[in-house]
Amino acid sequence: MRPTRWRSGSRAPRRALLVAALAAVVLPLAGCAQGGATSSTGLTVYSGQHVQTTQALVAAFERESGISVSLRSEDEDVLADQIVTEGSHSPADVFYTENSPPLQYLASKGMLAPVDRATLANTPSRFNSPDGQWVGVSARVSVLVYNTLLLSRNEVPTSAMQLADPKWSGRIAISGSETDFQPIVTSVARTYGEQAALRWLESVKANAGSHDYPSSETVTSQVNSGQVALGIVNQYYWYRMRAEVGAAATHSAIAYFAPHDVGYVLDVSGAGILRSSTHQKAAQRFLAFLTSTAGQEIIAHSDSFEYPIASGVTTAQPETPFHQLQPNDISIEELGTGAEAIKLLQEAQLL
Amino acid sequence: MIGGAVARPRYRPAHRRLPPLLTAGALVVSAVVLVPLAFLVVQAVQVGWAELRGLLFRHLTAMLVWNTVSLLVVVTVLCAVVGTLAAWFVERTDVPCRRLFAILVVIPLGVPDFVTSFGWRAIFPSIGGFWAAVLVMTLAVYPLVFLPVAASLRAADPAQEEVARSLGLGRVRTFTVGQARVAILGGAILVGLVVLAEFGAFEILGYQTLTTEIYNEFQVGFNEPAACALSLILVLLGAVFLGTERAVQGHGRTARLGAGAARQLRPVPLGRARPAVLSGLAALVVLALGVPVGAILYLMVRGGNSTLPPASLWIATANTFGYGAAAGAVATMAALPIALLSVRFPQRRVIALERTNMLVLAVPGLVVALSLTYLTEHFLQGRFYLTSPLLVLAYAIMFFPLAVVSVRAAVSRSPVGLEEVGRSLGVSRHSVLWRVTLPLIGPGLAAAFALVFLETATELTATLVLHPTGVETLATQFWAYQSNGSYSQAAPYAGVMVLIAAVPGYVLGRWFDRQPERASVAPAAAPSLRVAA
Repeated sequence: MRPTRWRSGSRAPRRALLVAALAAVVLPLAGCAQGGATSSTGLTVYSGQHVQTTQALVAAFERESGISVSLRSEDEDVLADQIVTEGSHSPADVFYTENSPPLQYLASKGMLAPVDRATLANTPSRFNSPDGQWVGVSARVSVLVYNTLLLSRNEVPTSAMQLADPKWSGRIAISGSETDFQPIVTSVARTYGEQAALRWLESVKANAGSHDYPSSETVTSQVNSGQVALGIVNQYYWYRMRAEVGAAATHSAIAYFAPHDVGYVLDVSGAGILRSSTHQKAAQRFLAFLTSTAGQEIIAHSDSFEYPIASGVTTAQPETPFHQLQPNDISIEELGTGAEAIKLLQEAQLL
Repeated sequence: MIGGAVARPRYRPAHRRLPPLLTAGALVVSAVVLVPLAFLVVQAVQVGWAELRGLLFRHLTAMLVWNTVSLLVVVTVLCAVVGTLAAWFVERTDVPCRRLFAILVVIPLGVPDFVTSFGWRAIFPSIGGFWAAVLVMTLAVYPLVFLPVAASLRAADPAQEEVARSLGLGRVRTFTVGQARVAILGGAILVGLVVLAEFGAFEILGYQTLTTEIYNEFQVGFNEPAACALSLILVLLGAVFLGTERAVQGHGRTARLGAGAARQLRPVPLGRARPAVLSGLAALVVLALGVPVGAILYLMVRGGNSTLPPASLWIATANTFGYGAAAGAVATMAALPIALLSVRFPQRRVIALERTNMLVLAVPGLVVALSLTYLTEHFLQGRFYLTSPLLVLAYAIMFFPLAVVSVRAAVSRSPVGLEEVGRSLGVSRHSVLWRVTLPLIGPGLAAAFALVFLETATELTATLVLHPTGVETLATQFWAYQSNGSYSQAAPYAGVMVLIAAVPGYVLGRWFDRQPERASVAPAAAPSLRVAA
C-alpha cells in the first residue's frame, strides 16, 4: 500500500464535493433572489384567465398607468383555494377569473373589497357581482363541438338533456373536472331539480365512458381528431383550436343549443380586489382599465376569442355576434359558488 | 481481508448511546420533513370524524383505492424485475455496449412521467386505462430500482461473490441475498411511493387514482377536507407498503472490512443468450426513451401555431437548473444524519423515525405546497411565501426519501469497523466523519444529489403553487403549453428536461466508471487514517 497516494487521492474529491455542494446551494438562491421578492410597489394579479387575454391587458395597463404588475397564472380553482389558505397575508391584490363561482366563493367568505361604482357602471349590472364585490369583464357560452366527418349538423343534439340518451354511449366527451362544466350542472339542477340532475349526470358520465377528459382543450382536440364524435365546451376553445391548427386541419364545428336551452349557459369572467390588499387604489385602477374601452378593445381583438361585455365594445373576431346569442336566463346568484354542482358531481362520482 | 456478507447472528445496537449531535440533526430534519403530514392531521381534526366518514366511506373511494393499489402492486413488481435484470446485465455480463446502456437506461428517470405519457398519447392517441398506466409508469420509474442496484453491484467486491458461490450458493441467490437486496428493496419502495404520488401521467392517460382525485377535490371543489381525507388514505397505504418492506428485509450485514482486491470483475459470459439480452435492453431503451423523445422531435418538426404568448426557454432552463441543484444539495445534506443513524444505530425508535420520514413521498406535491403556505401564513406572517428558498425547501421535503435511500444504501455498505478504528486511534468523531465516513459514502451522496436533482427538474404540482410570481420553470412552461393544447410549443421544454436529465445520468455513470478508484472507494479511507495516526 502507498499511504501518501491514498491520502491525496481521497482529499481532493472530498473538498471538490464540498465546494460543489456549497456552490449548488448558494448560486441558485442568489440568482433567484430578485425573482423571489414579489413587488412591494407594484400590483400582484392572480389570474385564472387564459394568458392569451391577460398578458396583453397587463402590458397595456402598465404602459398607461406606470404601475408594474406581476401576473400569476393558474387554474382559477387552485388560485381561489390558494388565496383562502394565504388568508390575510395573501400577496394577491387582484383576482381575475374565467367564471363567476370562484369570485362568488371568495365574496361569500368576505375576502373581497367593494369595487368602485364607476367601474361597476362600465358593465351591464346582470354581469356583475350582485352586491358590487367584483366586476364582469368578458363572457362566453357553452356549446357542443362535433366532428364533421362523424356527424352531420342535424344529427347534433339541440338540448343538453339529450346527451343522457343511451344512443350517445361512447360518443360524447366531457371534462367533468373543469370549472366550465359546473354552470351547466347548476343550470340543469335549477330547472329540473337535484334528483333529475343527478340522474342526468350519471347518464352523461356513462355515455362519456373513457372520454371524460382533464380539460376543455383536450375535449376539443379529441373531437377534432375524431377520437370522439361530440363534446361539450365553451365556444372559445374551438375558435382557439382552429387558430392553432389552421382551417385545413379543422374537422369539427360548433353547434349552439336551441335558444334558452338548459345547457345554453352564459359564463361571466370577472375580477375582484382582495380585502387584504395593500394596494387598493392601484387595484381599483386595474379593474377600471379592464372594463374601459381600451381594455375591452384588447379582449375584442385577442386570440382568447371571448366576448367583451363592458363599455359597449363588441367582438372583432369571426364569432356569432354577442347580441345574437340566446342563452338561458340563469343569473350570477343562481350560479353561486358552484357548491351545489360540486356536490352533484361528487355524487355522480365525477369528482 | 474478506469480512463481507457474513451475518452476525445478533447485532445489538441497543446498547450503544446515540451520538447527540447526529441525533439532534436527525430530529430537526424530521421535524421539517413531517410538516406536510402534521398539516394533514390538523386539517382532518378540524373537519371532524362525522364529515370525514362521509367523505371516506363511499363508492368512489373504494374504486380509487382499488385502482391505486392494483396499479401500485403491478408497477412495483415490474419495476423491480426490469430494473434488477437491466442492472445485472449491464454491470455483470458481457452484453455489447454495456457502458452505453448504463447511461441510456438511466435517462428515462429524467423524462417526466407526464412527458412519457404525453409521448405515448401523441403516438397512440387512443391509449388509456389500467394497462396504459402500468406501461407508462414502469417505463418511467424502473430506473429507481436500476440505479441503486447497479451502484451496489459496481461497489461490490467480486471476492465476496466468489466465496458465496464456492460455498454452494447459486448465482441468483448470491446476487440477491448478498449485495443487491437492500438496493432492490429500497428501489422498490421508491417506485411504490412515486406511483402513489404520481399525478400528471395519470391525468393525461385518464386513469383515476387517489392522487388525481385529490387534485380534483382541491382544484374544482375548493374541498380541502375531502382532499385531506383522501391524502390520509394515501399516506396510510404508504405506511402499509413500507411495513411490508420491513417484514421482508433481513438482518444480515452487507458491509465489509478491508480493501478487497481492486480488480476488474470478470463479466459473466452470456453465450448464446447475448443477442436476446442485447435486443431486450435495446427494446427497453426504445420504449422508455425512444417513444417520448421521438414524440418530442416529431412535434417540434411538425410545428404549429399557438395563441399563447412566447416564453423564454433559456430563462426557464436556468431556473430549473438552479432549483434542481439547490434542492439536491439541501436534501442530500439533510439525509446524512438520518441515514447514518439508521444504519449505525438501527434501534427501533431510529428506524421508526426514518420510516416516518419516508411517508412524505406518498404525500402529493400539492399538499406539501399547501402545508408550507399554511405554515408561512400562520407562523411567519407570510414571510418567505412565494420565494425561491421556500420552493427549494418544498422540493427538499418531497424528495428527501430519495436522498435517504441512496445515502443509506451507501452507508450500509461502508464498514463501521473503519470508523471504530479511527476513533480508537484517537481521531475525533467529527474528524472521522469527514475523513472516513464521507469519502466512503461519496458515491451514495452523488447518487442522492442526482436523484433529487432529476425529480426536482421535473416536478410540476408543488411548483405551480409555490413558484415565485414571474419565475417559470421548464415544467410549468411545458404544462402551460400542454394544457392549452399547444403540443408543438410544449415539446422543446420537454426536450430540454430530457437533456437536463441526461447530464446527471451521465455524471452518475462516469463517477462509478473511473476504474482504479472504483474499487478503491472503500479502502481509500483506511490508509489515510493510518497516515494521520
